[in-house]
Amino acid sequence: MANQITDETIEYVGILAKLELSDAEKEEAKKDMEKMLDYIDTLNELDTDGVEPMSHVFPVHNVFREDVVTNGDGSADTLANAPLAKDQSFKVPKTIG
Amino acid sequence: MAKQYETVIGLEVHVELATKTKIFCSCSTQFGGAPNTHTCPVCTGMPGSLPVLNKQVVEYAMAIGLATNCDITQVCKFDRKNYFYPDNPQNYQISQLYLPIARNGYVEIEVAGQKKKVRIHEMHMEEDAGKLIHDEWDDTSLVDYNRSGVPLVEIVSEPDMRSADEVIAYLEKLRTIVQYLGASDCKLQEGSMRADVNLSVREVGAAEFGTRTEMKNLNSFKAIARAIEGERERQIELIEEGKQVVQETRRWDDNKESSHAMRSKEDAQDYRYFPEPDLVPIIISDEWIQKVKDRQPELRSEKLERYKKEYDIPQYDAEILTNSKHMADIFEEAAAICGKPKKVSNWLMVETMRLLKENGMEPEDIDFAPENLAALVELTEAGTINSSVAKEVFEKIFAEDIDPKAYVEEHGLKTVNDDGALEEVLKKVIADNPQAVADYQGGKKKALGALVGQTMKTMKGKADPVAINKKLQEML
Amino acid sequence: MDITSMTAVEIGKKIKAKEITVADAVEAAIAQIERVEENVHSFVRIDKEGARKRAEEVQKMINDGTLTGPLAGVPVAIKDNLCTKGVETTCSSKILEGFKPTFTAEAVVNLEKAGAVILGKTNMDEFAMGSTTETSYYGETKNPWNLEHVPGGSSGGSCAAVAAGECAYALGSDTGGSIRQPSSFCGVVGIKPTYGTVSRYGLIAYGSSLDQIGPIAKDVTDCATILETIASHDSKDSTSIARESYDFTEGLVAEVKGMKIGVPRDYFTEGLDPEVKEQILKAVKVLEEKGAVVEEFDLSLVQYAIPAYYVIASAEASSNLSRFDGVKYGYRTSEYEGLHNMYKKTRSEGFGPEVKRRIMLGSFVLSSGYYDAYYLKALRTKALIKKAFDKAFASYDAIIAPAAPTTAPKLGESLSDPLKMYLGDIYTIAVNLAGFPGITIPVGKDSKGLPVGMQIIGDCFQEKKIIRAAYTFEQTKSYEAPELAKGDR
Repeated sequence: MANQITDETIEYVGILAKLELSDAEKEEAKKDMEKMLDYIDTLNELDTDGVEPMSHVFPVHNVFREDVVTNGDGSADTLANAPLAKDQSFKVPKTIG
Repeated sequence: MAKQYETVIGLEVHVELATKTKIFCSCSTQFGGAPNTHTCPVCTGMPGSLPVLNKQVVEYAMAIGLATNCDITQVCKFDRKNYFYPDNPQNYQISQLYLPIARNGYVEIEVAGQKKKVRIHEMHMEEDAGKLIHDEWDDTSLVDYNRSGVPLVEIVSEPDMRSADEVIAYLEKLRTIVQYLGASDCKLQEGSMRADVNLSVREVGAAEFGTRTEMKNLNSFKAIARAIEGERERQIELIEEGKQVVQETRRWDDNKESSHAMRSKEDAQDYRYFPEPDLVPIIISDEWIQKVKDRQPELRSEKLERYKKEYDIPQYDAEILTNSKHMADIFEEAAAICGKPKKVSNWLMVETMRLLKENGMEPEDIDFAPENLAALVELTEAGTINSSVAKEVFEKIFAEDIDPKAYVEEHGLKTVNDDGALEEVLKKVIADNPQAVADYQGGKKKALGALVGQTMKTMKGKADPVAINKKLQEML
Repeated sequence: MDITSMTAVEIGKKIKAKEITVADAVEAAIAQIERVEENVHSFVRIDKEGARKRAEEVQKMINDGTLTGPLAGVPVAIKDNLCTKGVETTCSSKILEGFKPTFTAEAVVNLEKAGAVILGKTNMDEFAMGSTTETSYYGETKNPWNLEHVPGGSSGGSCAAVAAGECAYALGSDTGGSIRQPSSFCGVVGIKPTYGTVSRYGLIAYGSSLDQIGPIAKDVTDCATILETIASHDSKDSTSIARESYDFTEGLVAEVKGMKIGVPRDYFTEGLDPEVKEQILKAVKVLEEKGAVVEEFDLSLVQYAIPAYYVIASAEASSNLSRFDGVKYGYRTSEYEGLHNMYKKTRSEGFGPEVKRRIMLGSFVLSSGYYDAYYLKALRTKALIKKAFDKAFASYDAIIAPAAPTTAPKLGESLSDPLKMYLGDIYTIAVNLAGFPGITIPVGKDSKGLPVGMQIIGDCFQEKKIIRAAYTFEQTKSYEAPELAKGDR
């Protein structure tokens, strides 16, 4: 049961991932993804009914911080690597129309 | 006959918690500050940084959950909500979807004497986004991450409300609860309480809900009421024209009093939630829940009863005073300082409420120190200033939080208690107003009032009307 | 005296004994870098001046007695996905070109406290996504044993640098085998510790639930010593675990009598190169002769680790890498119209093909309608795999496996077929899914003269056991450096 990835799907995933692929890249991405999904589908051979999904391996829980301010003015460090900045803020293309 | 429609409303209310630090780092949550001053690698999404949860956030969230009759989720986890936007530095928001901290609660509201339960579907913890400012000069946007990572709870109601009045009552109720817990100041204008309105309409009697829209950017009760009315009309119009209501997010523009769809091809509403691998689960024991319950501060109903008993304040007044935790705090502090709760209550009930209304403000916006109100009460009680001067001074306190003692001193507003000086003025008033004197002496007691008024005017209000009254009677 | 052929601990001892200075050690490394780097290309950034200056400071602290540890003054190379304050850190990606972190990764801080001298940042597969170090934006690293072959990956730069004698030891990171596999290909020793042992703070994340930092060095003693130095319970990393003991060097005991070692039959099947198999089984025999109780067993579920891994790792990566968008740091495309175009162009130009492939896959498996079928299925599989290993560890102190199905492939052979490349991770990946520790040690060479590594896997928190087994084997076979490292002396 081979997976079929449509142009629309690749387009949609590109929107989600904010990646723009050329037509050739799209074709390749489709093939890659179909192949990977076929492979991943082998997991369906496994009966996982009643198995709790495991996101954390160790039973570590309740790791907290106390509510105490220890950070000072971080603006210089925060902006140190900004590709574009103005007025101590990151500059980006207009966001609201 | 025209069809009858029913409005079905559910609310998503965001409340900024009153912690000192952000949810996942030790940066200050203080409002204001120059751009990006309250930031660090964690709240700006620097590569390699990792979040560590602020315990106080969990405790505030638990307290709100308990006070709204929710079940606390005793194994609770964070998830990532993935979407690209510049105010969201990691391009994912750490939130909760699968195991939110509280579920299945309710609050009781009362509208026009009718009591009603509004059910709470769930409540989750999450981080706030940064702020975007449009730069008119070169048509770009500027990003400030000072608010990024400020803790929020989002309280999601069931679609149980049917009118703007019910929505406002629900919001006021939530606000009171949260404020009394000390979990947030809930200021709509500053955005520490925000509501998104999910609204649909259906014919009265219909079993199914209509298609709903979500309205954002509502930052006052008035805007919420207007937006509900506007959206109701828009949807009914669409239905009457035989068109479909589209499920979408709409942005309310309060100046234009209309909304517009926020959809774009690039905003796929597919958040790809998955468990946050950088944070471990929170396990909430029965003991911890009990501890939070035990620490719960006095709630509104308890305070109201206490005011009636302890201060001998009537039900109506106690309701107004306790309606806002902030107002109640000012009341208690001022009363404790001057020992005159009834006088303090009077200032809050009458003058404060009047000024709030005139300025379109909420009780939360009261910005004067209880010490100054107490001092004003003491000044009036001691007869240092008279009531009309006191009103004038109070307006100054309300507007600028001035120290009334210094202000009275500086502006020479003290009541003239010098008998000789008063007598001089009275002699002149008697001489200048023979008609009123004659009327009074002829038995028209009311004429005395005119003479008192004249005297006050001459003395520019700096006299005690009671003393004038007494003195005048003696002299006549 | 050839300093570059010494282990880190040996260098540290000589510095302490005043037989050599820190500057001697650093200059020897720099000279070796100058001699071989052109051919091997282990580094993306070398900071000779910084290292020289630091050497002076460290020497002073050694002289005045403030630095007494075994690694004081020893030169180290750091994988380019570990943040170093003020020093460009790129994950070998164009998208982070020019990025200078404002803080240093906790593991590196721990090294600095111990007196390490950092020589530079090592090359890697872009964002650690790859098994060959060929996906680096800054060019491929070559295997010091044979320059026509890959060093493995993603910590290929770190492993090649150690093998080529360009540094005494290096730090790597391991998400699906990225320390153990290149260690095997380069004939060096590498440890992936139990998840949560080394703080991830400052490690630029690929798959957060799988990533661990670990040491790469010439021998087991070095690795245990380095691990002891970098491991810590860090309050800045919520997944960091407070362990009872960090004394990994206590495992340096040449004694395996009675140690129960399991050899999974399903790891030694037809997919495994016969020469690799032979070398490993020979090494197993050595341990058996030393008194270990060796038993074959069926681990099961082996074939499901890779698909589960690629779902989980890609999903986490798609989210972790979304922060690279041209707004806050790194590369931003030069021309764009509007916000979303800026995002798309920046990311499309900034990421290489393998990274894009995994981001696309990860975004897809998390997208609406597929989450349960792919992501949750993978998490359930992970639970079953963990259970299978737990069962094995109820019977065995350690499990022995290959580190890779083959020795190092030739350059350019792997990238054409991604799926085939992924299959090469079959023996290392389950260890990351389940959080276990694993060590790779060189056990021999194939007929092409390329190193073969053996992987020893331990139960959670049982590093000392695998260190002990590895150390015991190591006593029977001295460290062998590639010809290239020896030069013409």
